[in-house]
Amino acid sequence: MSWQLDIDHLRDLARGAAILGTGGGGDPLIGRLLVEQAIREHGPVTVLDPDELDDDAFVIPTAQMGAPTVIVEKIPRGSEPVGALRALEKHLGRTADATMPIECGGINSMIPLLVAARTGLPVVDADGMGRAFPELQMETFSVYGVPGSPMAIAGEHDETVVIDTGTDNKQMEWLARGITIRLGGVAHIAEYSMTGAEVKRTAVPRTLSLGLSIGRAVREARSAHQDPVEAIRAALAPTLYSHLRVLFRGKVVDVERRTLEGFARGRARFTGFDGTSELELRFQNENLVAEVDGEVVCTVPDLICVLEADTAEPITTEGLRYGQRVTVVGISTPDLMRTPEALAVFGPACFGLDVEFDPVELRGDLVTIP
Amino acid sequence: MRIGIDVGGTNTDAVLLDGTSVLAANKSATSADVTAGIIDTLDRLQAERSFDPAQVQAVMIGTTHFINALVEARRLAPTAALRLGLPATASLPPLVDWPERLVEAISGRSYLAHGGHEFDGRHIAELDEDELRRHAGDMVEHGVRSVAISSVFSPVSNEFELRAAEILRSELGDDVAISLSHEIGRIGLLERENATIINAALRELAASIVDGLSGAVAGHGISAPLYLSQNDGTLMDVDFARRYPVATFASGPTNSMRGAALLSGLDTCAVVDVGGTTSDVGVLTHGFPREATTEVDVAGVRTNFRMPDVLSIGIGGGSLVASGNDVVTVGPRSVGYRLTEEALVFGGKTLTATDIAVAAGRAEVGDTSAVSELDPTLVKAALARVAADIADAVERMRTSPDPLPVVAVGGGSILLPDDLPGSLAVHRPDHFAVANAIGAAIAQVGGEVDRVYAIDPGRRDAVVDEARQEAIDRAIAAGADPAAVRIVDFDEVPIPYLPGNATRIRCKAVGDLRLGEAS
Repeated sequence: MSWQLDIDHLRDLARGAAILGTGGGGDPLIGRLLVEQAIREHGPVTVLDPDELDDDAFVIPTAQMGAPTVIVEKIPRGSEPVGALRALEKHLGRTADATMPIECGGINSMIPLLVAARTGLPVVDADGMGRAFPELQMETFSVYGVPGSPMAIAGEHDETVVIDTGTDNKQMEWLARGITIRLGGVAHIAEYSMTGAEVKRTAVPRTLSLGLSIGRAVREARSAHQDPVEAIRAALAPTLYSHLRVLFRGKVVDVERRTLEGFARGRARFTGFDGTSELELRFQNENLVAEVDGEVVCTVPDLICVLEADTAEPITTEGLRYGQRVTVVGISTPDLMRTPEALAVFGPACFGLDVEFDPVELRGDLVTIP
Repeated sequence: MRIGIDVGGTNTDAVLLDGTSVLAANKSATSADVTAGIIDTLDRLQAERSFDPAQVQAVMIGTTHFINALVEARRLAPTAALRLGLPATASLPPLVDWPERLVEAISGRSYLAHGGHEFDGRHIAELDEDELRRHAGDMVEHGVRSVAISSVFSPVSNEFELRAAEILRSELGDDVAISLSHEIGRIGLLERENATIINAALRELAASIVDGLSGAVAGHGISAPLYLSQNDGTLMDVDFARRYPVATFASGPTNSMRGAALLSGLDTCAVVDVGGTTSDVGVLTHGFPREATTEVDVAGVRTNFRMPDVLSIGIGGGSLVASGNDVVTVGPRSVGYRLTEEALVFGGKTLTATDIAVAAGRAEVGDTSAVSELDPTLVKAALARVAADIADAVERMRTSPDPLPVVAVGGGSILLPDDLPGSLAVHRPDHFAVANAIGAAIAQVGGEVDRVYAIDPGRRDAVVDEARQEAIDRAIAAGADPAAVRIVDFDEVPIPYLPGNATRIRCKAVGDLRLGEAS
């Protein structure tokens, strides 16, 4: 059923999207404020379940790309993502019936809502990453045969660029990244246009409502003085992300970061509250692999989320600081993100990791952590 | 000699220090009239230990006046917020996420204009002087008396904020105060802008408070310079305080922790400040409080002030003690400031944590016979509850498995035993009740850099040195003794997706205040 997304939903969605951001994806705060303001001016947004889409409906996803550190300083004009969508419509000679997220983790959960509020288009409750990923080709859309091209990029001076690299989504990412830097480190994009039938076949379904429900679960657990991690587990159970596993409880003892090829790569170490065991987390914008005492316990594409120990507030890789008390959880991803074709696009090897993907729920029993 | 004064919402504490030894200390109720209150406090110090005002080298004051003014939304100036960044940023104009009540209290007006920089120093748009003059005209028309100017990436380049300030000053005259965001906050436009607007709204109050404080000190024959303590435990001189009142917001907990460090001789420890209603637990590392890493909401406004990381739990001298079903609870409800009327030892009818401490012989307060009949089992259980809860809070703040000494300060610290569960030794220094005034008196001066650098290959060391030197230079400019300045905090975060190894560097230097000869 379609439903109306209003200002009251946004805080919960932002919190849930930050959890699905698995350490990256950009702080949804600015995105939330943008959508709040847009809904104040234009009214609430209609969210469509993917099953409600006509097979021949035309959907243009919208997003932001660039550096999260720039977003907190150079706030968008607000018209850019709509500008990208209109530029793509013009290029294709076809108008969109709906927009959709390409990424449900972090700030990109919010950008399509901004577009929807400003244009009156509905937004489809689905996305192409099922979490956050650092690059545009890391999409279930691309895994299952929907090309990202043609893609439109817009900046705040009403400038637009259309990129068409055919079926080569990696080349599209490469060119778009260069243009984004010229535009000041942040740009807004429209890409992976597709039919309703293609959405149903290739998208990770109901990830906006997933973000909303886990964000709400955390809030309600806090106010009822219940364990918010257990609340997240309960909210996930009936979804395609059915397993949550507490990987570790402890404190941050070391964080090391460096920029390599345009990414914030690094590792963080945590020691358990009893001081005996240790978790090491490697990240590239998002969290990639967690090892407890040398044994891999969770890898990309499954979600590794570092949560503040008491409140379950998600902590981004940039926000990791010595001394923080945290709970690290692993969350299983839907089957369509774990096929050999999907792992070839965003599995551990795509991040230069020499580890096999094993579903987090099937990995051996963990040492019991108090 | 120096004098430290902490003006809190309830109490004003004052100390007279010679070097690091306490010559005199007192605690009195804070008065509504700032000047009269400080004069009274100085008189009390003088009465306790006669001193020659000419021998005082510096007076340091920590105050909650400014944060209280904001929280209570009173005495705030009509303020305009001007942002340079168009065509970017138009979607979220200044003041957009402020509480309505506060926007009204500052008669807040918001203006957007062209300008701003990209992360690498390119211009988003050129400054439009006519546009700024039009905005200035509107400000005059609406009686604006203070202006906050923010510009996108002004921590990278302050060029546009400075030029806009010049233009506004020529249009508005010198009576309108102008606050610039690059002087106040760090990267994060909305948070920095919010702090700048708060600062602007407090400028008139700051002038009157600073005049009041200076007048009181001078009226007492003290000609030494007057300083105010800042959130991070460093000092600002009064001229700085006139321009940057927002920087004094959270000086209370910081001063109390630094005072505890001096009194105990420990520079790495947990500090437990036990008040009437709550206990605040913080951690000092090498003499400075660990900072909170999250954004801080002040009066409903999101800011990125550097505040100490403090864990508050609901246990204090006035906490209610209750028993039932074999469980004894202490707090979080408290009689608060009514302790001296409601506690058993003060002739009241309420069993409080203070009564328990007296019954256990840890303190002699009020009428000890009023608690002589208390069940010893209850007393023991209540004290054990307090010790366990405080130990748990300390444990949660601890960052390494090494034992962390605990320093107890504040009037309610009589509740704590000599050893907390988990073999944590509790230090209870002399003068523990006025630790915050001592913290103000011994505060240092600092300088800070927070900027995005493009680091060319092989240039990292040079860039890091440049950032460190700038922080040191800023500390010296603020009055630090050049021989004693050191870097206390350094943080380097690469910015993903950007070329040229764009890296955000934050660096803080502090040093002891260079004291003039006593005249």
